[in-house]
Amino acid sequence: MTADTLAAPRSTAPRAKGANLEKWGWVYMRVSGVLLVVLIFGHLFTNLMVGDGIHGINFGFVAGKLADPLWQWWDVAMLWLALIHGANGMRTIINDYVTNAKVRTTLVWALWIVAGLLILLGTLVVFTFDPCIPNLSPDSVLSEICKAS
Amino acid sequence: MSAPARVTPSVAQTTSRTPRGTLYRGNEGMWSWVLHRITGVAIFFFLLVHILDTALIRVAPDAYDAVMSSYKNPIMGLGETVLVAAIVYHAYNGLRIIAVDLWSWATRHQRQLWWAVLILWAVTVGGFAARHLPIVFSSFGGAH
Repeated sequence: MTADTLAAPRSTAPRAKGANLEKWGWVYMRVSGVLLVVLIFGHLFTNLMVGDGIHGINFGFVAGKLADPLWQWWDVAMLWLALIHGANGMRTIINDYVTNAKVRTTLVWALWIVAGLLILLGTLVVFTFDPCIPNLSPDSVLSEICKAS
Repeated sequence: MSAPARVTPSVAQTTSRTPRGTLYRGNEGMWSWVLHRITGVAIFFFLLVHILDTALIRVAPDAYDAVMSSYKNPIMGLGETVLVAAIVYHAYNGLRIIAVDLWSWATRHQRQLWWAVLILWAVTVGGFAARHLPIVFSSFGGAH
């Protein structure tokens, strides 16, 4: 196919009736993008810039954060918004570069399945997290709290 | 009388080494897009890994701490700085794209806005590196 066979940019494309998913995808990228700037900059600042920076990140640090509903919802919001934003971006790239229709459909399906599984995994981890798991080491900062409960 | 149509370049012209008559090839517009795409793919693959490593928090404290310790060596520390550089570029250029889409002033000044993105990017990443790299290298040699 050459550029000569493509429709001119201003020609109205025939489109099936129903919701314009591509438009909502476009809107989603912008809305989630703005939210993600706030969420991810906050995530990077609290985890890497304050306190001991990356050396402060361990089981106790994350357990402390996940005990607070604010950080639970912060992390889950980041997970859903970022993974759907990223998967939709990857879909755009697949659509741009994969010319074989069957391969393209397969890759886009695989992409959404992986994204869905990781969203499920991440959400379960955040909301089912219990710092008092059986093999907690005795010198953990949590051992006192866990004995009490 | 209708306005004269913009001259449509031939295929040979638009695919030539020196782009003419196209809005998208060459210059700031193209490079901002190329970098947005490359940083986006890089961040996506890190996100996949990052969800899996964080999921170890649900498995065992030792498993989580073992994987986190691998993020603390100097080579990974440099990688984290590159990752943050990619995130900050994607964030600032993404805000520029939104402005260019929704605001005609920004559409006309998209080129200048890209240079503003690069300046803000350099300042932000410089600030991050000034804090993060000393933390990473402070333990180089074993002391924690």
